[in-house]
Amino acid sequence: MSVQALSAERQIGIYTQMLRIREFEERVKRTFTEHPGVIRGHTHLADGAEASIVGSLCHFRGGDAALATYRCHGYPLALGSDPKAMMAEIYGRVDGLCKGLGGSMHLADVKRGFLGTSGIVGAGIPHAAGAAWAAQIRKKAEVVFCFFGDGASKQGAFHETLNIASLWKLPVIFVMENNGYNVVTTSAQEDANAANGEPLSVKAKAYSMPGVTVDGTDPLAVFAAVGTAVERARAGAGPTLVESKVYRLSAHGNIIAPPGVPLHYPEHEAITVFGKREEYEAALRGDPVPRFRAVLVKGGALSASKADELVAQVAKEMDEAVTFAVNSPYPKLESALDNVYA
Amino acid sequence: MATLPFIAAIDAGIHQEMRRDPSVLYFGQNMATTENHDFVKAYGHDRVRVTPISETAEIGIAIGAAMAGLRPVVELYMAEFMLVAMDQVVNEAPRFRYMSGGQVKVPLVLKAGFGFACGWAGQHTGSLTALFMGVPGLKVVVPSTAADAKGLMATAIRDDNPVVFLHHYLLTLEPGEVPDGEHLVPFGKAEIRRAGGDVTIVATGWMVPRSLAAAKKLAEEGIQAEVIDPRTVAPLDLETILKSVAKTGRLVLVDQAPRHATVAGIIAGDVAEHGFSSLKAPIVQVVARDATVPYSEPLEAYVIPDEERIIAAVRKVLQSRR
Repeated sequence: MSVQALSAERQIGIYTQMLRIREFEERVKRTFTEHPGVIRGHTHLADGAEASIVGSLCHFRGGDAALATYRCHGYPLALGSDPKAMMAEIYGRVDGLCKGLGGSMHLADVKRGFLGTSGIVGAGIPHAAGAAWAAQIRKKAEVVFCFFGDGASKQGAFHETLNIASLWKLPVIFVMENNGYNVVTTSAQEDANAANGEPLSVKAKAYSMPGVTVDGTDPLAVFAAVGTAVERARAGAGPTLVESKVYRLSAHGNIIAPPGVPLHYPEHEAITVFGKREEYEAALRGDPVPRFRAVLVKGGALSASKADELVAQVAKEMDEAVTFAVNSPYPKLESALDNVYA
Repeated sequence: MATLPFIAAIDAGIHQEMRRDPSVLYFGQNMATTENHDFVKAYGHDRVRVTPISETAEIGIAIGAAMAGLRPVVELYMAEFMLVAMDQVVNEAPRFRYMSGGQVKVPLVLKAGFGFACGWAGQHTGSLTALFMGVPGLKVVVPSTAADAKGLMATAIRDDNPVVFLHHYLLTLEPGEVPDGEHLVPFGKAEIRRAGGDVTIVATGWMVPRSLAAAKKLAEEGIQAEVIDPRTVAPLDLETILKSVAKTGRLVLVDQAPRHATVAGIIAGDVAEHGFSSLKAPIVQVVARDATVPYSEPLEAYVIPDEERIIAAVRKVLQSRR
């Protein structure tokens, strides 16, 4: 599927979804100051990865599945999950997507094909291959989108799974969102390919599958690269590794602290750990959301006033999600014992 | 004596040993990524390194280095991350000494936080202590005070065996008096945190301060609980527990893990076998409800043992007779 095939309407759709993810994450972030204590534990934001998420999931069809990591707020939004239920989950409320049992790191919306997320780095990669095996058996040309970070590619689970997926020609697309950092460790400090100036997609070579690197801040580039991978998977030719280069615009997560210590997002590690403010500011200048808006406005697909309208509309939707979630009650205590077994 | 947060006391223990013994290594994920890192500055990159997210390799490499004469300390952050490399922890590190007929030793420390019950949900809040304690060849350390954190870490590093060092995440910032200079706490020696003659409470980790708080409330109504902190569960100082039970005749075991995955259950079995004649009432266990730890705050609190449940258990054990 070529980029040219994308109508103005679909491009506006992509922008709207990117905006929804950004506005949702902005509200999650603001919750730490506006409703202190409401979000607990560790929360990881997708800001900066919107183009990658939406560009990939444009290819999602009914019957497909997606799995991701604990940085999981973006995917269900793109797949149609209700932001109210998502926010309620992140607030631990009864109306949450997972009844308040999972929280920010473990969103799941199975009826929309979002099977779930693991908080353990790399652990979800084999799960995706398993779901792809199921799709292979169903023989309906359905595929599985497997999202993970660059850090996960240092796990055995990644290597073991890529080998099997290629060997069995499983219909799975491995989308590695490479944001350049594993928490406070740069890729060059932990990855042999990165340290030697090679893209991380070269890892695909070891497993005889295509490996491509794409600018993950450009939704159309991601759309094209993942589109090729999806076509290959639907055709039964097997998996592809897509390295999608993004830059997370927030720190790894909220400050990891026991109760009593205020939770908030410090600045990105490029600044706080490595003192590389310019690197971060360059990433901000390339912020995929305003950048894609500019592309659409310049190309005439979207007028500035229509874009502003969209922003207002999305802001309202996400404000409502916060209001809904903060007013949703906590689950009944005994419900902690439900769902332990099927 | 200096007042240090628990986490700084652990670091002090590692520093103490790295200064005196050049064979001690310290490595793991997301540490030592700049030249400003405390340990990098002190000991350099030969001995202090950042690793990728590769637990199997991290722990496996530690085993190899240990067999080759070094003393690695692996920073794992969370006990659950050890599960990724469970083979290395359970079926490699503790086996080589034995299988080689004593030819090699595997002195290493696996440092991991656990029990992070403040909204970290299902995969980061487990209390896995009992999972490790039954493995012959493995030692398991669970400090509950800053002083013990330093002294037990130092002892763990000097020990010639693989040691799982489990520090409770909710104690991370708890300050405590920590001895200056060389400080070692022996393995297998429980500490009586509070003396009392009416009931014995045994707890580890975060459950120690919770038990002490319960004991304080009970004291207000004249019930004197003796609170014992085993500090290491492998080896386990059963003698101190049995001696206390011989005095009180009543035993409450507090554990953050679910019922059938506890250290409490193992101690209960030992006391039933070796101290039955001392018991005036059935042993009561205060354990987590049998669920994955939920995210939502009130549900999380409902699942994990708290002061009220400890107090209720003490009342129960005082009322019942055998």
